[in-house]
Amino acid sequence: MDSTYLFLQHYWWFLISLLAALLVFLLFVQGGQSLLFCLGKSDLQKRMLLNSTGRKWEFTFTTLVTFGGAFFASFPLFYSTSFGGAYWLWMLILFCFIIQAVSYEFQARKGNLLGRKTYQVFLLINGIIGPILLGVAIATFFNGADFIVNKNQITDVSMPVISIWNNPLHGLEALGNVWNLALGLAVFFLARVLALLYFINNIDDEVLDKKFHKVLIPNTLLFLVFFLAFVIRLMFIEGFALNPENGEIYMQPYKYFHNLVEMPVVLAVFLLGVVLVLFGIGKTILSYRFGKGIWFAGTGTVLTVLALLLLAGYNNTAYYPSVADLQSSLTIYNSSSSPFTLKVMSYVSLLVPVVLAYIFYAWRSIDKKKIDETDLEENSHAY
Amino acid sequence: MIENVDISLVEWSRAQFALTAIYHWLFVPLTLGLGLIMSVMETIYLRTGKEFWKKTTKFWMKLFGVNFAIGVATGIILEFEFGTNWSNYSWFVGDIFGAPLAIEAIVAFFLEATFIAVMFFGWEKVSRGAHLTATWLTTAGATLSAWWILVANAWMQYPVGMYFNPDTVRNEMDNFWQVAFSPVAIDKFTHTVLSAWVLSAVFVLGVSCWFLLKKRNTEFALSSIKVSAIIGLASSVLLIFSGHSSAYQVAHVQPMKLAAMEGLYNGGNGVGLVGIGVLKPEHHYNDTANPFIFEIKIPKLLSYLAMSDADAYVPGIKNILEGGYTTPKGETALSAEEKMEKGKTAIRALADFRRAKKDGDPQKMDESQATLTENFPYFGYGYVSHPDELIPHVGMTFYSFHVMVLLSAYFILLFVIALFLKKQRKLLHARWFQWASLWSILLAYIASQAGWIVAEVGRQPWAIQDIMPTWSAISKLQTSSVQTTFFLFLALFTILLIAEIGIMVKAVKKGPDTAEV
Repeated sequence: MDSTYLFLQHYWWFLISLLAALLVFLLFVQGGQSLLFCLGKSDLQKRMLLNSTGRKWEFTFTTLVTFGGAFFASFPLFYSTSFGGAYWLWMLILFCFIIQAVSYEFQARKGNLLGRKTYQVFLLINGIIGPILLGVAIATFFNGADFIVNKNQITDVSMPVISIWNNPLHGLEALGNVWNLALGLAVFFLARVLALLYFINNIDDEVLDKKFHKVLIPNTLLFLVFFLAFVIRLMFIEGFALNPENGEIYMQPYKYFHNLVEMPVVLAVFLLGVVLVLFGIGKTILSYRFGKGIWFAGTGTVLTVLALLLLAGYNNTAYYPSVADLQSSLTIYNSSSSPFTLKVMSYVSLLVPVVLAYIFYAWRSIDKKKIDETDLEENSHAY
Repeated sequence: MIENVDISLVEWSRAQFALTAIYHWLFVPLTLGLGLIMSVMETIYLRTGKEFWKKTTKFWMKLFGVNFAIGVATGIILEFEFGTNWSNYSWFVGDIFGAPLAIEAIVAFFLEATFIAVMFFGWEKVSRGAHLTATWLTTAGATLSAWWILVANAWMQYPVGMYFNPDTVRNEMDNFWQVAFSPVAIDKFTHTVLSAWVLSAVFVLGVSCWFLLKKRNTEFALSSIKVSAIIGLASSVLLIFSGHSSAYQVAHVQPMKLAAMEGLYNGGNGVGLVGIGVLKPEHHYNDTANPFIFEIKIPKLLSYLAMSDADAYVPGIKNILEGGYTTPKGETALSAEEKMEKGKTAIRALADFRRAKKDGDPQKMDESQATLTENFPYFGYGYVSHPDELIPHVGMTFYSFHVMVLLSAYFILLFVIALFLKKQRKLLHARWFQWASLWSILLAYIASQAGWIVAEVGRQPWAIQDIMPTWSAISKLQTSSVQTTFFLFLALFTILLIAEIGIMVKAVKKGPDTAEV
C-alpha cells in the first residue's frame, strides 16, 4: 500500500475522530435538555435554559450529520455494516435527534397540537437517551459488535448482501454490555457537566447560578466514576490488533495500553484533555465567579475523545471489531474509500477552517450578551 | 449461504425511504423558496429603510423558522437511511456517493445552521448589513445543500466518473468533476430549485390572498403578492426550459422512464406527446391494443422534446425490452434478455476473479477481469430474473408527469393574472382570484411531489441505473423491524406535520403587525 494512501487513511480517521469529539462536546445541548425540569422551576427559568441551549442545537445536529456524511465518504464499509446492522441502536439515536429538531421551535409556538409540555418532555427524552446511546455506540469501537462481512456474497444473486448482523436484536444487544453502558453513562454525565458550565457562562440569573453550582458537583462525581471505570478497564483488556504483514486480526493483551505508550503524542493529548476537563470543572467549583469553565472543559473533552478514538483506529488496531468473526473486523485500511476519493475529500476538508471561522463569528455575535429576562423580552424569536 | 432476499423486505425498505423522502420534500421547497423571497424582502428593507419591509420580512421569516425545523428533522433520516436500509448500496457505491453527502454537510449545512441563528437571534445584536448577509447566507446554504444532494441523486440515475474495482468489490470514483457537474445533475438542480421557488411563490401568494379575503393587512398582502408573483412568474417560465432539458436527458440516459412518463409502449418516428390521457388499468407490454382508453396527443412533440428533432425515433417500453433499434448514440439497442445475460456473465466473472485471486492465479484473474469490464455496464441486469421486472409502474409515472406539467402551466397563468390584477388595481376586489390563489397552495405541493414521483418511480427497478436493482441494494433486516420504523416515522411525521400546519395557521392569523407568534 503506498504511503500517500496510508497517510490519507490516517488523516481521515483523525477527521472522523475529531468530528466525533466535537459532537461529544456539543452534547452539552442534550445535557441542558436533561436538566430542564430539575433546574427550571418557574416558566421564566425554563425559558432561560431553553433559550441558552436552544440557540446552539443546530450545531450539535449538523455535527452529527457531518459525522455521518464524512464517515460514509471516508469509511463506507463502516457505514454499510454498522448502520445497516446495528439498526435499532442508530434508529433510536436518530429518533431522539428528530424530536429535538422540532421541539425548541414548536414548544414556544401557539397551535402546536401537543402542547408546550409535550415538546419539553421530548427534549428531556433526547437529553437523556441521546447521549447514553451515542456513548454506547462509541463504546462498541472498543468492545466489538456482532457482524460478519463477506464481499464475495455480492455474486450470490439470490442473497447478495455482504454485511450481515449476527443476531436479531440489531444493535440493542450493545446495551446489554455493562462496559458499553459505562461509557454511555459517562458521556451522559459529561454532557450534563458541560451544560452546567455553559449555563454558568451564558445565563445571567442569580438564583439559577446557585443551582448550577450546586448540581455541578454530583454530576462531576458520577461522570468521573463511569469515565474512570471505562478507561482503567480499557488499559487492561485484550484489544483487537491487526497484523500488518498478513492483514489478520488477533487479540493482543493490553492493546490499548500499548497504543498509548507507543503513540506518545496521543498520550499527551489524552492527558492534556483530562487535565483541562478537570481544571475547567474544578476552578468553576472553587471559584464561584469563574465563568469560563466551559471553554477549558470543552477543549479538554474534544482532546480526550479525540485521543480515545485515535487509540481505537491507529497503531494497527481494528476500530470496529467483530465479535462474530474476528477477520471481519474493520480497520482503517480495509474499510476506507479509494485513494482518489480520500484525496478529493481531503481538498474539501481544507474548507473546515473557514467553516470554523464563521461559526466562531456567529457564536460570538449571539453570545456576546448573556441571556437574561430583558433578552427574552426583546428578542423577537426567543423560545 | 442458502437464503433469499425477502421481497417484502425490499418493498418495506422502499416504502420507508419513499415515506421519509415525501415528508422531507413537503418542507424543503418552502425553505428554498421562502428563503429567497424573505432575502429579497430584507434587501428592500435595507435599501428603503422602511419599517414596513422589516415587519413583512419578519413575518415570512417566522413561517420559515417553523418549516425549517421540521425539514431538518426529516432530512437527517434520509441521510442515515442509506446506511440503515440500503447497506449493500452504501458499500457498492459509497466511494462515490458518500462524497457529495459529506460535502453537503461541510459546505452547506454549517453555513445554513450557523447563519440561521444570526438571522433569528441577531436582529438586535448585529448591524443591519450583517443581518442581511446572514439571511442571504442561510438561503445560500439551503440552496448549496440542494446542489449536493441532487448531485448524489443524479448520480444514481446517471452513474458516471467511476469504474468497478473487483479487488474491493465496489465502484470507485475516478473523475470527481464528472460526478459533480454531470448534465443530469445540472438539470436536476435547476429544475428542482426552480420548482421550489414556484411552490414558495404560490405559498406567499395564497397566504397573502387570505389577508385580502379577510380585508386586513392589505398593504402587506399586496406588497408580498408583488414580490412573489414576479419571482413565481420568472421561475415558472424558466421551469419550461429546465423541464425540456430534463426530458432530453431522460430520453438519453433513462429511456424506460421516458416511455413510462408517456405511457408509450410502441415507439416510432415523430411520436406525439400525450396532453391528456387515461390509461387502461391492465396493459401488458406485449398487448397489441391501444394502451389508452382516451388520449389527446400533440403531434411529433415527444420526438422533438426528447431528441430535439420532430421526426426522431423514440422507443416505447416494448421496443426497449425487445431491443434492435438504433439508440441516440448510434448503437443497436440490446434486448432485455441480452442485457440480463451480459449481467449474469459479469457477476460470474467477478466470482471467478475472486476465486482466482484466492488461488493466486494471475492469468485467470486477468481473463475474468477483462470479461467483467466488458460486461459491467449491464451488471445490475444479472440480478433480474424476468424482463417484466424492468418496467416501472407506468400508471403512477404517467399520471404524476401529466399532473406536474398541467399544474406548471396553470401556475404561469396564476402569476400572470396576479400581476395583471395588481397593475389594474383590481386585486383587492377579485375575490374569485383570492380564493383560487389560496387553494393553489395545495396544488403547488401536489405538483412538487408529482415531480419526484416521476423521477423516482420512473427509474425503478434501479437503485443505480443498470448497475444495481433495489433488491440487491438492501440491508439484511427482519421485515418486521422495517415495518415498525415505517409506522413510527409515519405517526411521528404526521403528528409533526399537523402541528406545523397548526402553528403556521396561528402565525398567519396573528399577522405581520406583531413579531410575536
